[in-house]
Amino acid sequence: MTQLDANETIDREDLEQVQVERLQATLNRARQNVAFYRESFERLGVDIEGIRSAADLRALPFTTKDDLRRSYPYGMFAVPLKDIVRIHATSGTTGKPVIVGYTAGDIAVWTTLVTRLLRAAGVTEADLVQIAFNYNLASAALGFHYAAEKLGASVIPSSGENVGRQVMVMRDYKTTALIGAPSYATHIASHLREKGIHPEELRLRVGLFGSEGWSEAMRSEIERSLHIVAYDNYGLTELMGPGVAFECSERDGLHVNEDHFILEVIDQRTLEPVAPGQEGELVFTTITKQGFPLIRYRTGDISSIVAGDCPCGRKTARIRRIQGRVDDMIIVDGVNIFPSQIEEILVRTPGVEPHYRIVLDRVDGMDKVEVQAELSADFPYFDEAARVAALRAELQAQLVETLGIRVHATFVEPKSIARSEGGKLERVVDRRPR
Amino acid sequence: MLKARNLEAGYGPLRVLKGLSLHVAPGEIVAIIGANGAGKSTLLGSLAGLVRPTSGSVTLRGEDVTGSRPERMLAAGCSLVPEGRKLFAPMTVRENLELGGYSVRRRLGRKAFEEDLAGVFELFPRLGERQGQLAGTMSGGEQQMLAIGRSLMSRPELIMLDEPSMGLAPLVIKQIFSAISALRSRGKTVLVVEQNAKAILKIASRGYVMETGSLVLEGTGQELLANRDVQRAYLGKEYSSIADEREGR
Repeated sequence: MTQLDANETIDREDLEQVQVERLQATLNRARQNVAFYRESFERLGVDIEGIRSAADLRALPFTTKDDLRRSYPYGMFAVPLKDIVRIHATSGTTGKPVIVGYTAGDIAVWTTLVTRLLRAAGVTEADLVQIAFNYNLASAALGFHYAAEKLGASVIPSSGENVGRQVMVMRDYKTTALIGAPSYATHIASHLREKGIHPEELRLRVGLFGSEGWSEAMRSEIERSLHIVAYDNYGLTELMGPGVAFECSERDGLHVNEDHFILEVIDQRTLEPVAPGQEGELVFTTITKQGFPLIRYRTGDISSIVAGDCPCGRKTARIRRIQGRVDDMIIVDGVNIFPSQIEEILVRTPGVEPHYRIVLDRVDGMDKVEVQAELSADFPYFDEAARVAALRAELQAQLVETLGIRVHATFVEPKSIARSEGGKLERVVDRRPR
Repeated sequence: MLKARNLEAGYGPLRVLKGLSLHVAPGEIVAIIGANGAGKSTLLGSLAGLVRPTSGSVTLRGEDVTGSRPERMLAAGCSLVPEGRKLFAPMTVRENLELGGYSVRRRLGRKAFEEDLAGVFELFPRLGERQGQLAGTMSGGEQQMLAIGRSLMSRPELIMLDEPSMGLAPLVIKQIFSAISALRSRGKTVLVVEQNAKAILKIASRGYVMETGSLVLEGTGQELLANRDVQRAYLGKEYSSIADEREGR
């Protein structure tokens, strides 16, 4: 039985007490030390002393990614820079990056929370943990690194090495636990296939994947091709990094570290809370962070709360695996679709790889969707036009059925779509006029 | 054990507590630190029944005790050692302790009372040696021991202490704090308001930092000791010495 932190198993009522205390302290500090919050509370006439429960948070304004960008670089910091011991940043692929500062206390809390998720996946001091996230401004690699060290595991900071070297390290160092992006895990798997390396030549037994959305089908594929048990985890640099939520051995939703983050799920149009169990945008309030507290931060991630108690003994709320991002959501002739839906179909279709591009055009006022999928290098009928055409027709039929819109499926050469090397990919090309 | 939610209290038009929430779990030593005038004593007073909260709630073991009078809080197992000891100066050490143990003696008999008395003398041998001395003639440290001893005589589960180190010499302060640690090992739960932040955070399981009627930080004793804001405001460390420490000087 994994050892759980006391706050993971305390009764709801006691947890709420802890949340209210920490929330009130956070609001007092944010008002005192962050001009953005002081001004926005004043402008909206919000009395933070009236916040008496987690539910009262609804009286406070949201914080958006744009708010954070406008405060670039240090506007949202709640302590003097001399108290900051680490700085990370978001990738900034869609605009100015967000810079996040951590105090020594923040780092200690972060390490504790990532340790929780490593333990939940059964990682112990006996493991050799290979971290295949890039060691850079992004928070993932270092977040996992220090927690795995604290747990006493042997940490291999392989970073985003090219996949050949990554696999060599994995095999020669006898890595038992792999940490990285799920798309990179599939990349490793296809490399093994290509080089004729059987997964049993490796000592891998567990994988912890996150930092990008992935489907249940992709999990099965990774588990099958690497012979491991794969766990999902969730976090974002703005909030801290990895360690916001994670799967336990039940793998039925991700436990939110509610003693450090208050979770809300809102309808992204009305901004009101959704009914219990309904899908919506995740909104988090940090309640222990000192360097970079965030109040009602809109993550852009879509999920829902899992009802009922988890048999693992943790009493914290669970969220479903991330269904997609508000930013990734594509609206085609009024229908919402997520790239993750497409990925799920590709993963379970033999003959194609889960590497794809979605190209959007507008022709005569109508949206046109093209899904470009990669044929597998080991598709045995590569040269038989009729077989390829049949596969294409089948894929297209599945896409149309699942998405409920007209889709045109096409194939591209094996390995022609960029792979992630410890980073994130742009999967959508939108050529429609704005 | 004890939970306060959104507590507000004040004197006339003056709002001293501005809606604060805290809790004390069984077996914890919880410290409240903060500057003079932050409202720490008013907070303890409103938990012990001396000050009536204008809003918010206090529960003891799940039971609502908001605004209960001090004697009811005492009967419920929650005892306050007030700031400035408030002993009966013209009475002897033993008489002070007898008064503290009055209800236990009535309810549980002489034997229970004698056991409690022996327990207090074990914790504070000095009191045993000076049973006949008038409380008013004792040193500040001895008076504080007596005040804690008198409080223990009512067999409280939760002991609240208001500034136990106030006005005491450093060596005596050390004795008082080791006695507070000893309370925990005797199964007591402790809530203590203290100016001497460093000493109390060293022995506290958790602590809260209070500023002008609100709580601004919560954490374990170690977390708060390591917090730079706490160091600057309450541990008397200057910016330069923090920098020195960081560079290992």
